[in-house]
Amino acid sequence: MPDKLIIPERTYTEAPMAILAELTHRCPLSCGYCSNPLELVKKNSELTTDEWLDVIDQAAAMGIYQIHFSGGEPTLREDLEIMVEHADKKKLYCNLITSGVLLTRKRLEKLQKLGVRHVQLSLQDSDSKNAERIGNYKGSLEKKIEVAEWLRELKIPLTINAVMHRQNLHNLEDIIQLSVDLDAHRIEIANVQFYGWALKNRAAFMPTKKQALASKTLVDKLIKKLKGIIIFDYVLPDYYAKKPKSCMFGWGRQSVNVTPEGFILPCGAAETIKSLKFENIRDEKLAWIWEHSSAFNMYRGTDWMPEPCKSCDHREIDWGGCRCQALALTGDVNAVDPTCELSPFHEKIFGSASEESSKEAPKFVYRKPTNKEVEPDRRNVSYAKKEHIS
Amino acid sequence: MKKRLLIKNETMPVIPHYIVFQYSEIRKEWVLNAPERTLYPCKIAVEVLKKCNGNLSIEKIAEELATLYKAPVKKICKDIKVMLQDLADKGFLECQTN
Repeated sequence: MPDKLIIPERTYTEAPMAILAELTHRCPLSCGYCSNPLELVKKNSELTTDEWLDVIDQAAAMGIYQIHFSGGEPTLREDLEIMVEHADKKKLYCNLITSGVLLTRKRLEKLQKLGVRHVQLSLQDSDSKNAERIGNYKGSLEKKIEVAEWLRELKIPLTINAVMHRQNLHNLEDIIQLSVDLDAHRIEIANVQFYGWALKNRAAFMPTKKQALASKTLVDKLIKKLKGIIIFDYVLPDYYAKKPKSCMFGWGRQSVNVTPEGFILPCGAAETIKSLKFENIRDEKLAWIWEHSSAFNMYRGTDWMPEPCKSCDHREIDWGGCRCQALALTGDVNAVDPTCELSPFHEKIFGSASEESSKEAPKFVYRKPTNKEVEPDRRNVSYAKKEHIS
Repeated sequence: MKKRLLIKNETMPVIPHYIVFQYSEIRKEWVLNAPERTLYPCKIAVEVLKKCNGNLSIEKIAEELATLYKAPVKKICKDIKVMLQDLADKGFLECQTN
């Protein structure tokens, strides 16, 4: 028998493995680090129920295995149940990615019955006041804990998606402990990605280097301690890494995003690349787009890569990192991802992140429609000074 | 707090209800769909997983596979314990009595 009986992940794919269905951009929370585009899709431009059902049919016909119902807040779509039921019938594995704050136990039970097999719940902080301040939603932590308890009772596996940044990294250990206490199956320690709205508030959320390194030490320790109890997904924040992340496991390799108005993207932030033309499901079939769209083919594989990426041993590990980030930080979408230490911009980016985070955290601005400015939490934390997680 | 599932000879593993072990007619392959993960078991792993029904112990699974593959039962038992422990640690396997 071979030594390794399971191949954990596949890198090559003739069709995507997963589809992210961004049902809506509407959301009851107003997080300042929202990575959705600056201009949100309005309700009357969203794909209709029938259009989404057609997307699901097309995805199933391509052999896609998983569907992630996401947003914005997907539970704002009253037809979510219809889509889940349809996707399950088509043998798509249904994940629900939600803030949880609008869910009732009854609706959750119904969604489970119709086919939701896993729920990912976002968490702003384990500190109730700070969670409320970050997401601009009163009682959000308590509500999320309630939802997590329903999930446990209903035996639906839970992933906690903890969005981490300068203003909550000091609570990372508590957040992990809370996830363990809630019997979460997985925890994604998701460092804020500075795209879309988040870029406006970068200085308020950029962790200090010490915070970033201390969080890595803590997570490495807890991964060992909690083996078999909770699964961790964690990478160092981009700005402090030496190698780029394998963004989306490679452009156009494993998954596909559908925006609320039907644009088909290789990743959620791809629309920031204005030089690319994205196709819409209202005009073309998903399989055609996956195979022929110039946007998908532009950065697929390794042929497009500049040096030193092209001859780098990591080229089929990180797939050249993140194109959106290369554009946002260097002004050139074709440049080496500046997260990579081989990029000529690396030191500058690294330096600017360190400098930005060493100053007192500025106010941040809530995501629309609030647009309200928010003061740093001054109860006992100066984010520039409190750099250690316990 | 959950406890780590340790795979022993007497463990009777079962694939949890939220994991879908299925054959894709479109892609002509077996897959294990789990929360935000899709795994692709090889041919032998598929045979192991088919026997993870909560009624067979690891020892019994190994015996049956030893007959099927005409291989030493001890070696098979060792190999499948490594494989199933890895799956259990990822939350892809359960057991009623551990």
